[in-house]
Amino acid sequence: MKVPISWLKEYVEIPIPLEPLAERLTMAGLEVAAIERIGDWWDRDRIVVGEVVEVRPHPNADRLVLARVAYGGPEVEECVTGAPNLFPYKGRGRVSLKVAFAMEGAELYDGHQEGFVKTRLKPTKIRGVPSRAMVCSEKELGLSEDHEGILILPDDAPVGVPLADYLGDAVLDLDLTPNLARCLSVIGVAREVAALTGGRLRYPDTSWRTEGPPAADLARVQIADPELCARYIATLIRGVQIGPSPYWMQSRLRKAGMRPINNVVDITNYVMLEWGQPLHAFDYDKLVARAGGDIPTIIVRRARPGETMTTLDGIARTFTEDTLLICDTAGPIAVAGVMGGLETEIDDGTRNILLEAANFDFISIRRTTQALKLPSEASLRFGKGIHPALAEPAARRASELMRVLAQGTLAQGMVDAYPRPAAPVVISLTTSEVERNLGLSFSLAEIAGFLEPLEFRCEPVAADTLRVTVPDHRLDCQYPADLIEEIARVYGYDRIPVIELADRLPPQRANRALELEEKVRDVLVGCGLQEVITYSLTHPAREAALIPGQGGEAQPPAYVTIANPISPERVVMRRSLLASVLEAAAANLRFQPRVTIFEVGKVFIPAPDAELPDEPRRLAIVMTGPRQDRHWLASAEPDLDFFDLKGVVEALLERLHVTGACYEPADHPSFQPGRTARLRLGETEIGFLGEVHPRVREAFDLPERRVAAADLDLEALLSRVPPGWRVEPISVYPAVLQDLAVVVAEEVPAARVRDLILEAGGFLLKEARLFDVYRGEPVPPGKKSLAYALTFQAPDKTLHEAIVARQVQRIVQRLRQEVGAELRG
Amino acid sequence: MLEPLNQLEEEARAALEAAADPGALAAWRTTYLGRRGKVTEAVKALATLPAAERPAYGRRVNEIKEALEAAYEARAEALRQASLAQAWVADQVDVTLPGRPIRPGRLHPSTQTLREIYRIFAEMGFQVYRSRDVETDEMNFTLLNMPPHHPARDMWDTFYTTRPGVILRTHTSPGQIRAMRDYCPEPIRVILPGMCYRYEQITARSEIMFNQVEGLAVGRNITMANLKGTIVDFARRMFGEGRRVRFRASHFPFTEPSAEVDMDCILCGGKGCRVCKYTGWLEIMGSGMVHPVVLKNGGYDPDVYSGFAFGMGPERIAMLKHGIEDIRYFWANDLRFLQQFG
Repeated sequence: MKVPISWLKEYVEIPIPLEPLAERLTMAGLEVAAIERIGDWWDRDRIVVGEVVEVRPHPNADRLVLARVAYGGPEVEECVTGAPNLFPYKGRGRVSLKVAFAMEGAELYDGHQEGFVKTRLKPTKIRGVPSRAMVCSEKELGLSEDHEGILILPDDAPVGVPLADYLGDAVLDLDLTPNLARCLSVIGVAREVAALTGGRLRYPDTSWRTEGPPAADLARVQIADPELCARYIATLIRGVQIGPSPYWMQSRLRKAGMRPINNVVDITNYVMLEWGQPLHAFDYDKLVARAGGDIPTIIVRRARPGETMTTLDGIARTFTEDTLLICDTAGPIAVAGVMGGLETEIDDGTRNILLEAANFDFISIRRTTQALKLPSEASLRFGKGIHPALAEPAARRASELMRVLAQGTLAQGMVDAYPRPAAPVVISLTTSEVERNLGLSFSLAEIAGFLEPLEFRCEPVAADTLRVTVPDHRLDCQYPADLIEEIARVYGYDRIPVIELADRLPPQRANRALELEEKVRDVLVGCGLQEVITYSLTHPAREAALIPGQGGEAQPPAYVTIANPISPERVVMRRSLLASVLEAAAANLRFQPRVTIFEVGKVFIPAPDAELPDEPRRLAIVMTGPRQDRHWLASAEPDLDFFDLKGVVEALLERLHVTGACYEPADHPSFQPGRTARLRLGETEIGFLGEVHPRVREAFDLPERRVAAADLDLEALLSRVPPGWRVEPISVYPAVLQDLAVVVAEEVPAARVRDLILEAGGFLLKEARLFDVYRGEPVPPGKKSLAYALTFQAPDKTLHEAIVARQVQRIVQRLRQEVGAELRG
Repeated sequence: MLEPLNQLEEEARAALEAAADPGALAAWRTTYLGRRGKVTEAVKALATLPAAERPAYGRRVNEIKEALEAAYEARAEALRQASLAQAWVADQVDVTLPGRPIRPGRLHPSTQTLREIYRIFAEMGFQVYRSRDVETDEMNFTLLNMPPHHPARDMWDTFYTTRPGVILRTHTSPGQIRAMRDYCPEPIRVILPGMCYRYEQITARSEIMFNQVEGLAVGRNITMANLKGTIVDFARRMFGEGRRVRFRASHFPFTEPSAEVDMDCILCGGKGCRVCKYTGWLEIMGSGMVHPVVLKNGGYDPDVYSGFAFGMGPERIAMLKHGIEDIRYFWANDLRFLQQFG
C-alpha cells in the first residue's frame, strides 16, 4: 500500500517528523519498506510555482513559442519552449496558466535524454532568442516519464511559492501482513498514526446532497446468495459529464500507484484507496436497455455452470458455480468483487451511473481471483475481508464526489440490501490476562488508554475486567490475545522487559535418533569424508538411471508426487539418496579428481494404507579418484576402490559398536558384478556397497574410473546400535605374536578362514589380522595364500610357548578339515 | 723435577687436540690415562721419589691427571656434538615445504549451523524434536489457525502433492502441534529443526528447500518478556555479545501477539549497508506468543497455559555470519564452497 503523506495528513495530524513516523509504524507492524520522496531535491529558490501570463510566437520558429512567466516578483521572465500544450494559447494575449517554473542554475532531469539524467539549467539562445529559464514537464521534475508537454498546475496554485512546498511529497510504501487489511486504505493508516502518535483523527465528510426521485424507484437489488454477499448498496448519479478528474485527484492516485482514467472511475478508485471499500460504476442507461426499458434489477447470484461474460479487459470468460456474479435480468454484468463486465462499462458517453458498494465473502472472492487469475486492487481488498458497514460511507462519499466533480445529480437515498447485518464483536479482557501474556501489569484505565485511540470501545464491568467492543473496521480481533497484541503495539514492543524463562523446566528427554545420526556424521567426517545435502525433490528418471537396462517394462515405484512442481527436474520426493549423491560427485569431478562424500537424509516411500509416506533415513557414500592427491611426498597410488569404501563402513560399524556384520558377494543392478557386497546384520539387510556399474557411471556422467558407493538403510543400521558397552580390561601379561600363512582354494572367502581361525584359537587368541594375500609361485594355480598375524594373550598369566604352539596347531587342523587349507612352508 | 710432568701435560694436550675421531680419542685415553698410561705411570712414580719431593710432585701430578680427565670429557663431548651436527646437516629439511596432506572431512555448513543452534538452546533447556517433511494440510495450516482459504495462507507458497490434503511442509510449525500432542500436559521447551519447502523460483535469495529451526515453550508462566529474554540470549550467543535486538510487531496466524526479530546489521553495525538494505537492521526470525487456538489444538487449555514460539533459518544465519551472497550454494554441494567451512 502506497500512502502519500500529503493525503494522510488530510485525515490525521502528524505530530512527529517523517523518519520517526516511519520508524513508529514499522515497529507497530506497518512495515515501511521504502519512503519515496517527491521533490525533496528541488531547489527551493530556483524552482517555484510560476504563472504563464502570455504565450507569444517565436520569431524564427513555428514549433517554438515564447512563454512569459510571472513568478512572484515584479519581473516577468520570457523563456523559449516547445511545449505543445502551450500552443493553443499562442497570441491570445493575457492568459493565466500555473506552471512549474525553473530558473537559471536549477537542477532538473534532462527531458530529451533517455532515462533520468540530471542537468543544470544554463542561459542559452534558442533560434536567436535568449532563454535562461524554463517551464517544466513532469519528466524534468522527476514526477513521471511524461515529456509531451509541460505540467499545468491547478489554477489556485500560489505563484512564487517553492514548488517543493506546493507539490513536494513523500510516499510511504507499506508492506502489510494479511491481518492489516484495514490499512489498505489511507483512513486505515491514519487511524494507526493517530493511535501511535497521539495525533488527532479527522474523517472525511460523508454528507451528500441528493435530490429528485428516490434511488429505490430507479433500481432494485436482489441478493440470491446472502452467504456470499452480506450487503449490496446501489446509488444513482444522473447527468454526469465524463472527463478527466481534477489534478489533485490524479496526482494522489498516481502517487498511490494507480493510473487515472476518467473522473467517474477515478472517484471509485479514490474512495477505495481512502476507505478501503472497492466500488464499481455501471452505465445505468445500458442496464435500462438490457432490461428492455424497465427499471433494472441487480441480482447477486452464483454463476450457472458454463455461463459466460466478457470482462472489462476484453476477455470472454466462462464461469463455474463457484463464481459469484453481479447480474441483471438479462445475465451477468460483473464478476463480483473482481472485475466489471465490458458491456455495462463506463464510457465517454455515459450520462447516468449506478454505483455499487457491496460486501462479498472473502473466500469466494479469493477462489474466483485465483481461478480467473485476475488479481486487482478490488479483489485484493475483498479477498482479505471487509466489514459490511464500510459500504455505506464509501457509497455516500463517492456519490457526492461524482456530484461535485462530474456534475452529477444524486437520486435520493440508496438501495441497500443488507440481509446479513454483522453482529458487533465483544471481548472480555482482564488485567491478569494481559499480565499473564505480556509479563507487564497495566491498570484498566491504562488498557483502555491503549485501545480507545484505535476506536475500541472499553467499558469496565468489574474491578479487573473490561468489556471491549471491536470497531467495525477490525475483522482481525476475536480473542483477548488479539487485544493484547494491540496493547503491546501501542505501548511499544521495545518497552516490554527482557526476562529469562523462569517457568518449570520440562522433563528432559534424550533424542537417540538424532544423537546416533550425528554420531554417524562425525565418524564419517573423521574418515575424511565431506558431508553433502542434496535436494529431496528429484525426477523418477534420475533414480531409474541407477537401474540400467530396466527399460519401460518394470512397474515404476510409487512416489510422493508434486502436484505443482516448479521445475520439470524436481517433480517427486526422492526414494534414493544414492542418485543425488552420485550427481553431486559427478558435478564436483569436473573441478577436482578426488571426491569422497556422504549424505545422511530422508527418503520418502508412499505407504499403501497411510495418508502420509514413510520417511526413513538412509546413508549414501561415494568415493572416487586417486587415493592420494598429487603431492611431493606422495607416491603414485591407485584409485580409491571397494576396499577404501569398505574400510569406512567397517570403521563406522566399529565406532557404533555394531557387531556381527556380514559382507556377502551380491548382485545389484547399480553395481559392478564381482565387486559388490551386501551388508547384513544378522538377518537384516542393511544395504549394498560396491563399485558403481559402468552403465550407471555413464548415466550419471561419471568418468571412466572406479567409483565406490554405498547405499545403506540407516534406520536398520542404527537399530542395531547397542544402548551401551563394557570396556575390556587390558592384560598386564605379555602377548605372543605369531604369523600363520595358509594356502586355500581361490573360492574360499577370507572371512570364512578368519572366522575359523578365531573359533579354533579360543579365548586366548585376541586378534587375527590378515596381512598378506598371495597368488603365484610357489602357490599352485587356483589357490591363494592368506597370511595372518595372530596375537595370543591370557588375562591372568604369561603364556607359555608350548600353549601357543598347541593353539596354532589346532587352528591349522581346523582349517585343514573345514576348508582344506595347507600350512604354507 | 716437575719439568717432565709439565712436558707430559703439554704433550698430552697436544695429542688430545689432534684426536679427531672417537677411535683416536679412545687411543689417547689408553695412552695417557689408561692403566699403563703415561699419566698413570707418572702417578706410580711418586713412590720412587725422595720423601721431600713427594708433596710437590704429588700435587702436581694429580692436578695434571684431573685436568686431562676434564679435557678428555670436554673433547669427547665436542666430538659427539660435531658428529651429531654432521649427521643433522645430512638430515636437514626445507621446513617451508608443505606438510604431508591430511584430508579432513567436514560437516555441511547447514549441519554445523544447526548444531550450533542445538548447543545454545540445549543450555537453556530446549531439546530437539523432529517431525516429518511430508505433512497434512491440516497440520501445516488448519491446526495452526489457518482454515482453508485463510488469507494468511498466501504467506506461504506451497508445494502440493497429488494426494489431496498432503503437502510438503512450508515451515516446521506443524511440529508444534505434534510436540504438544506428544507432551501434553507437561510443560514444553523444544526446538524443531527440519527441511521446509516453498514453491518459489530458485534465485540467489530464495530456495525451494531450506532448513528451519523453530522454538516452542509452553507452560503456566510464560510471557512475552520471556520470549524476548530467550531470543536476546540466543542472538548474543550466536552472533556475539553486545548485539542489539529489536522486536517489531508483525503477524503470524499461529502467534498472537507476533513479532519480527531484527538484529543490528553485523556487517555495518547498524549504520546501513547493502546487506541490511540501508536500514541498519537484519531480520533474523519471526516470533510470538502461541495463539490460543493453537494451544487448544495441541491439547493445552489457553486459559491456564501460555507459550511462545519463534522460527529462524539456519542457512540465512550462516549466510549472515559468513557473508554468503547466494543461497544456492547450500544444495549445490560444490566442494570448493563446502571446504571453506572449518
